[in-house]
Amino acid sequence: MTSLLAFTVLGLFTGAAYSIAASGLVLTYATTRVFNIAHGAMGMVMAFTFWDLAYRQGIPTPVALFLVLFVIAPAMGWFVQRVMMRGLGEAPVSVSLVVSVGLFVGLIGLAQQVWPPAARTVQPFFGEASISIFGVVVTAHQLITIGLAAVVAGMLYLLLNRTRIGTAMRASVDNHQLLQLYGGNPERVAALSWAIGASLAALAGILLTPVIGLDYFELTLLVINAYAAAMLGRLKSLPMTFVGAMSLGVLQSYAVAYLPSSGQLAGLRAVVPAIFLMVIIIALPQAQLRIGQVKGLVSVPVPSLRRSLLTAVGAVFLALAVTVGLSDANLLLAGTAATYAIVMLSLVLLTGYGGHLSLSQFTFAGVGAVAYIQLGSANLFGVFMAAVIAALVGALVALPVLRLTGLYLALSTLAFAVVMDKLVFQADFAFSTDGFLEAERLSVLGVVITNDTSYVMLMILAFLAVGITVLAVRRGPVGRILIAMRDSPAACGTLGLDQRWFRVALFGASAGIAGLAGALFASMRGTIAAAEFNVLASLPLLLIAVVCGVTSVTGAAFGGILLMLMPVVSSSNPGLAGLVFAVVGFGAVALGRNPNGLASLGFLAGRKVWGRYGDRLPIWTAEDVPPAQTGPSQTDPPQARPEEVTTR
Amino acid sequence: MSILEVDSVVVRFGGVVAVNNANYAVAEQQITGLIGPNGAGKTTSFNVITGLQKPTEGRVRFQGKDITGLPVHRRARMGMGRTFQRLEAFGSLSVRENVQVARDIHAGLRGIFRSGRSDVDGVLERVGIIQYADERADNVPTGVARLLELARCLVGDPKLLLLDEPSSGLDESETDEFGELLKDLAAEGRAILMVEHDMDLVMSVCDEIHVLDFGTIIATGDPAEVRSNPKVQEAYLGASVEDHDASGAGRHVAEDLTEQTLVDIPAAEQTTVVPAVNDQGVRG
Repeated sequence: MTSLLAFTVLGLFTGAAYSIAASGLVLTYATTRVFNIAHGAMGMVMAFTFWDLAYRQGIPTPVALFLVLFVIAPAMGWFVQRVMMRGLGEAPVSVSLVVSVGLFVGLIGLAQQVWPPAARTVQPFFGEASISIFGVVVTAHQLITIGLAAVVAGMLYLLLNRTRIGTAMRASVDNHQLLQLYGGNPERVAALSWAIGASLAALAGILLTPVIGLDYFELTLLVINAYAAAMLGRLKSLPMTFVGAMSLGVLQSYAVAYLPSSGQLAGLRAVVPAIFLMVIIIALPQAQLRIGQVKGLVSVPVPSLRRSLLTAVGAVFLALAVTVGLSDANLLLAGTAATYAIVMLSLVLLTGYGGHLSLSQFTFAGVGAVAYIQLGSANLFGVFMAAVIAALVGALVALPVLRLTGLYLALSTLAFAVVMDKLVFQADFAFSTDGFLEAERLSVLGVVITNDTSYVMLMILAFLAVGITVLAVRRGPVGRILIAMRDSPAACGTLGLDQRWFRVALFGASAGIAGLAGALFASMRGTIAAAEFNVLASLPLLLIAVVCGVTSVTGAAFGGILLMLMPVVSSSNPGLAGLVFAVVGFGAVALGRNPNGLASLGFLAGRKVWGRYGDRLPIWTAEDVPPAQTGPSQTDPPQARPEEVTTR
Repeated sequence: MSILEVDSVVVRFGGVVAVNNANYAVAEQQITGLIGPNGAGKTTSFNVITGLQKPTEGRVRFQGKDITGLPVHRRARMGMGRTFQRLEAFGSLSVRENVQVARDIHAGLRGIFRSGRSDVDGVLERVGIIQYADERADNVPTGVARLLELARCLVGDPKLLLLDEPSSGLDESETDEFGELLKDLAAEGRAILMVEHDMDLVMSVCDEIHVLDFGTIIATGDPAEVRSNPKVQEAYLGASVEDHDASGAGRHVAEDLTEQTLVDIPAAEQTTVVPAVNDQGVRG
């Protein structure tokens, strides 16, 4: 009985910290429509900053705390909103999420660069001081945390319901433009809520550090817990968010207490938040289709079949010329680049055309790799089956989110990736706990391709084949429907399209491509590690894909090469590993608004050089973000007006 | 015989009642007008009929079947097509591709791989926008985009067309042609329900008109009856008397209604009329 109480107290403590983090997340999302996936990362950086001030520089704890919570964190939130996130609320989710994933990755890189890995500890507030309630020892730190959660809840209530700016915030949740019409300033509201949000993330991070340690990733992934809690209130209701956070905290604590700590299900304890999230998502009611014009995105031109075949032939010759002289190590790198490029093609289909986002593309590649190995048939059929299995898993991930909108799909892929990392990939049928698997080399029509040069050529051919297929899909009816769904889900619905199954199929196809890449990769390497397919690999993949151009096959090819170079650069300069991460992350923050990426600049330059087309290739920028929608005032473009003036 | 029946439908957004116990029907093979001041609940009604908005209370019946619980696409497949007040064209596709998408969706999985341009271009020609076929849909004038939305519906051969302010953005002669097109479409056996601010058009093409005010039907009848109905005149005039901001918009509509001159209220003024119950402003 006492132990149950003790675990309940522990659960309430973590729940309280989650509720602080989650309410910050809700506040920022509700007022700006930008989901800050870097919420946990901001808390992580602030926890490190607090450690730096209080422990390294020796500033008294209260002063350090004050500086972090009321000066540095709000300044950071304000800066992030004003400089990075501004105007993204009206952009497609695939754009706004990419920018915040960029921030997520950038902050991890930054933290690793500024505070290189080392043992650091942060003491609980008031050390080991504790009191005993009904025979349960409650530490001062726990009491303070639970108290602070209540204080935060109360303050937010007062702010939102009793102050002018709070009223403006609530108005902003409902309708940005109306707020503007009534003389409110949505920009100021947005910046303020992000400042508060960052401060709450910092507080949650600092409160949790003594328990979970000063860890780049654990603190960053706090966003999943916060998101799971906030989903109970559909990212809108603060009271429900508090309920969600407390239940999650207690559940997690019971999981630690009563679930097995060894064996196959040992990982289950770590994935309680992700499972909690899945259950809530399944229980949520059907979302209504969004009405509201999103301006079409400017896309790069789609080459004809003839043109893409010719380019492919050229690419084969180029690849032959390059690979022939390569050393074995460099050949493997070329093969790795081809693998990454194929995975990026899966994003071209999903994100570039379909406008959906996946934060777990390498997890699908991992599923493909594991399936290829465990099926034990190292031939084309095995590769095909690996892709099919990955596709089925992908469809399975999209299925629970069937009834919800794109944001939730993207976020649940993050939770899925964590579940796979911590639970499924560690099972005996996958990588098991040691994290490595041996793979047999592929044989094509009975011939085992032992020669590395030939195998790498095979991978490049696979990339080209998938690329040509993706382009063919884009030119055909399915591609048109994909673009139509991205531009206006409501119109597709009223034309009779059941988008839910279409989306599941799209997600499955994309996962299948990633699985194919995974299988080919496993066969090339011979030994693969679970760590190569974890969530922190998938995020830079997405970012580099977008930066290089997620709407074109060319972009995927460049992206594959760039992603392959990332670890090469960091391993030759270990001191700069964090910086490489940071550059990729903040690069995506800067360039993520244009999904056509650097490749479109390449196309533009190419056109200029050939001088065949005089047209300039327009690039989608922040200015092109659909003007703040809603209100009939925006519905009729200017050309409708002159006649009205004359009739008057 | 009516093809669509809206039965005691109520839609509440929090404290705001957008549609308040609305009852009306749309007759087969006729053009029915749904008019009313801004914020009366016209677009919300359309959303309820097409399934984009769940009604708080009430039922919707289509061809005698209760469709209140059906998802959007199922209703469309039963033969319901709609256009949007705030355009929902597929902006990144060309005008022709927009219609091709609609045809592909209508054709379903089996029909999707049989292409052919003729019917698509035929529809574009019919609504009179064939010359824009190769332009990007977000680059064409509003009037063209509205006709494009109509063309998109027409490839699916719907039995009921819901048109939300279809003529705004069209000039006078285009509106006349559009009126003729509507009559032709009805003559082919389609029912049309149209929300429209152009009273000339409404009065000249509609067989029956429902007048919505504050979410309730306050009058139903043929154009002549509706025009002379004192409640209708009050609804339009009343807005201008009560609401100072709305004076401009309200009066204009009222004048139009009586003098039969014009039409389209400048969009900017529409917003200021009754923002709190604006159909678009409140989102669920």
